Amino acid sequence: MAPSPAEVEVGTTVPAQTFTIRRADLVRYAGASGDFNVIHWNERVARSVGLPDVIAHGMYTMALAARVVTDWAGDPGRVVDYGVRFTRPVPVPDDDVGAEVEVTGVVAAVLDGDRVRVDLTATHAGQKVLGRAQAVVQL
Amino acid sequence: MPIDPSYAGRTYPPTEPYAVGIEKIREFAEAIGDANPAYRDREAATALGHPDVIAPPTFAFVLTFRATRVLVDDPELGIDYSRVVHGDQRFEHTRPIHAGDALTVTVTLETVRSAGGHDMLTSRSDVATVEGEHVAAVRSTLVVRGEG
Repeated sequence: MAPSPAEVEVGTTVPAQTFTIRRADLVRYAGASGDFNVIHWNERVARSVGLPDVIAHGMYTMALAARVVTDWAGDPGRVVDYGVRFTRPVPVPDDDVGAEVEVTGVVAAVLDGDRVRVDLTATHAGQKVLGRAQAVVQL
Repeated sequence: MPIDPSYAGRTYPPTEPYAVGIEKIREFAEAIGDANPAYRDREAATALGHPDVIAPPTFAFVLTFRATRVLVDDPELGIDYSRVVHGDQRFEHTRPIHAGDALTVTVTLETVRSAGGHDMLTSRSDVATVEGEHVAAVRSTLVVRGEG
């Protein structure tokens, strides 16, 4: 169920979620998205270009973060505008533990036409990995 | 050498139509670990008022990632792809993409600027049905890291 405009105001929080990213997730995302950049699956190449390890696709992290908003909105089609900056990579180790990304969201603005802007914060190892992560939801 | 800012504004021909299929949407939803029934189940999607299963908000990237290769392949821009990183990304939807859509992508190079030895190219990919209905404007900034 989508939240009704009457029950949403600036400061309303969106339920936080924590995601675990493992190497297998990156392989699956590469296949589904068509982005086969080797830095997302080949540690040797990733290190050769100065990265600490294989890194998650920024678009994968962006897709995970969207879930906080689409789950809240009920109908994911209500997320009419979604943008992020990629500020820091998420290294994904070659183990079964993976890398955790925690995503929180808060309503930062109420817009015309029963729309709200949700600002998201995505952190890995205590540091933000997305900047200006904002989603506009049609309530 | 910095990319010539006068290239801003150039628009590339539309891509060949991409047929959005229910299984591709399901595959993408599976890949992002999202069990939302609107991406998988026709009845659930139509109950929400959609004509068929809809795609996640970032699904358009599947189309626009391919389409923006025209920038990398444009000899006049001379982009070294090994130096390209993704700066930002935005999806503005006129309506959700759904199974059954036949979509073309028209890429426009909106801005070219240089800062700190890097070139930043912001493109706008307009996603529309073959019938001409606008579906989404997808913006992406590619950062071409300077040498040294």
